[in-house]
Amino acid sequence: MNEKITGSEALMLALKAEGVKTIFGYPGGSIMPVYDALYDYTRGEKKTFEHILVRHEQGATHAAEGYARVSGEVGVALVTSGPGATNTLTGVADAMLDSTPIVVIAGQVPTSALGTDFFQEVDLVGVSQPIAKWSYQIRRAEDIAWAVSRAFYIARSGRPGPVVLDFPKNAQTEKVEFKTQKVDFIRSYVANPKLDIDAVRQAAELINQAKKPLALVGQGVELGNAQEELKAFLEKADIPAGRTMLGLSALPSNHPLNVGMLGMHGNYAPNKKEQECDVMIAIGMRFSDRVTGSLKTYAKQAKVIHLDIDKSEIDKNVKTTVAVVADCKVSLPAITALIEKGNHQEWRDSFKPLQEQEHTKVIEPAIHPTKGPLLMGEVVNKVAEATKGDAILVTDVGQNQLFATRYFQYHKKRSICTSGGLGTMGYGMPAAIGATFGAPDRTVCCFMGDGGFQMCIEELGTIMEQQAPVKMILLNNNYLGNVRQWQDMFWQRRKSFTRMMNPCYEMIAKAYGIPYQVVVDRKDLDTALEKMLSTKGPFILECAILEDDNVLPMTPPGMNVDDMKLEL
Amino acid sequence: MEDNKKLYTLLVYSENIAGILNQITAVFTRRQVNIESLNVSASSIEGVHKYTITAWSDEDQIAKITKQIEKKIDVVKANYFTDEQLFIRESGLYKLATDKVLESPEISRTIRRHDASIMEVNPTYTVVMKFGKTEEIINLYAALNEFDCVLQYTRSGRIAVTRGKQEQVSEFLEEREAKQHG
Repeated sequence: MNEKITGSEALMLALKAEGVKTIFGYPGGSIMPVYDALYDYTRGEKKTFEHILVRHEQGATHAAEGYARVSGEVGVALVTSGPGATNTLTGVADAMLDSTPIVVIAGQVPTSALGTDFFQEVDLVGVSQPIAKWSYQIRRAEDIAWAVSRAFYIARSGRPGPVVLDFPKNAQTEKVEFKTQKVDFIRSYVANPKLDIDAVRQAAELINQAKKPLALVGQGVELGNAQEELKAFLEKADIPAGRTMLGLSALPSNHPLNVGMLGMHGNYAPNKKEQECDVMIAIGMRFSDRVTGSLKTYAKQAKVIHLDIDKSEIDKNVKTTVAVVADCKVSLPAITALIEKGNHQEWRDSFKPLQEQEHTKVIEPAIHPTKGPLLMGEVVNKVAEATKGDAILVTDVGQNQLFATRYFQYHKKRSICTSGGLGTMGYGMPAAIGATFGAPDRTVCCFMGDGGFQMCIEELGTIMEQQAPVKMILLNNNYLGNVRQWQDMFWQRRKSFTRMMNPCYEMIAKAYGIPYQVVVDRKDLDTALEKMLSTKGPFILECAILEDDNVLPMTPPGMNVDDMKLEL
Repeated sequence: MEDNKKLYTLLVYSENIAGILNQITAVFTRRQVNIESLNVSASSIEGVHKYTITAWSDEDQIAKITKQIEKKIDVVKANYFTDEQLFIRESGLYKLATDKVLESPEISRTIRRHDASIMEVNPTYTVVMKFGKTEEIINLYAALNEFDCVLQYTRSGRIAVTRGKQEQVSEFLEEREAKQHG
């Protein structure tokens, strides 16, 4: 008979069995037995995990997301019950909308106290169910091995997503004979739908007949680790490809078939061409409203092939002609094998005038201004040049995100962490911390506005303690810039509560002992960047940005995708 | 009711895990579709629960709802049907004032004509039961109401079986089990 151990130690062994190395967490009353076990598993002969003490539970979830996004592994957040648990909900919702595999383990009051409004009791399963891929309460120590393995299987398989484990205190202290379990099958859950060969044939036929094919590349390609399969497909078919914001690093920026970013603030050519293509091949993307604009007019002329692992995405927003429900790692090569070598030179060339228009009217003035205050676009462009497309881009949400995603360069896969679906301000700083642990050998550049920087500013404490090498670029325009832009464009310039009084960031940086540099004049930017990138560990580079700069081009909300404006 | 809306019946099969009903109803709530009736019971497959849900919707919407429900990890299968594709029954209970029933023999004739049965009679009230299709149950209520004798009335959720031979889900589960072992 095996020796009995506590539920908390069983959790350690179950996490170890899932290959967990890094845990982002914050202790509290209802998770104390687990933290006591963790004490042994983070030092000495039992050392298995690195535990990163965050400063707020929301930070733990975003850090887990950043970790997961760059590494492809499941991110783990460990928190207490009640407020600790509810503080994770923003991260859970964010991970759900952006298909990011994380497991949140939260303490809970003992099962005997459940339902009595006990101190720090919250019905976490009840509140998280609608925004999580799976939520489960582990009521008995005997269920730990099964539930933990099931949680990781669900989080990482199929279309990845967040799993919430609610762990009552009695199950943490009960003794159990622990035996590792490996869940890799759930009969009610088809993680990898079987490839339908007929659908593949139909898709190939449509592609072979297409005169003006356009591919829309989403994060599914990264999640399926199908970057090479994508390239092989695009190159054989000779199809131009736009990428969604989350799919930006699925295809290198300098790939000849890359025609830019899709969506509201994406590039001009692919947005216009969505209304002209005859066959649209959507790969691991979900036709978000930020990509499509008005669905009433979106790509009505096109036959739509939709490759997705999640069948509930098929026909959800855009009606498909052919749906290929499978992992794109499998479906892409199957289609590539059946298509003829394509040549769409003329069609591809037709993108160029639009690209030139955008370049002259928008890009050049944004990245190479000669007078006036600093612009976000030029800062991003300089960082991209200085990091040669090798760095990981993390953004917060707002103008900083739109400029950063537009002007950064991506040469390596899994190089972008941004909150696409939920648009979570405050995501940037903690996600960047997670990214430094998920990809310790890579440079992590995190662009934030003055709004988002302050929304999880407490994580500067984590950065300080861990000396996490996050290169923070604070694009400070003294405004909640994106909302300010909308107010200027659609709300008669009534700037309702978007102007913001800022603290002295230099003093904040100093308080945390983080190297800091401010750039006001354009001429000082290069030297400052050099200093930031050559400094070991974290760095805050504050850039004094033009207050009323706008992100362009833009498709106004609810308008047709080709109503994209190059100027106001 | 808008013209393109129909009453659809969803048959949902799930594992016997707590909290699934919540997850299913949340899918309807989120898309602002009201559940008309709901019945939860065991199915003919051991350990699998069956939910019979009716809702007014158009086909596009109900198809999306069905997919979102089936996406839940512990939901085994979800399908939607129109009335023609199912055998459907509901039941109604009607509590009548006995004095009125005795006063008017037409009430008893109405009960018989509607093929309903009397469960209990006492000096105060009479309980009538009717098993049938939705409109039959509603029709009996309307007929009894004419006599101003109804004290209480309730109609159950719908139960339904498909016109196919097996439970819809059996084949799927067999396929899944084969995959696990093969």
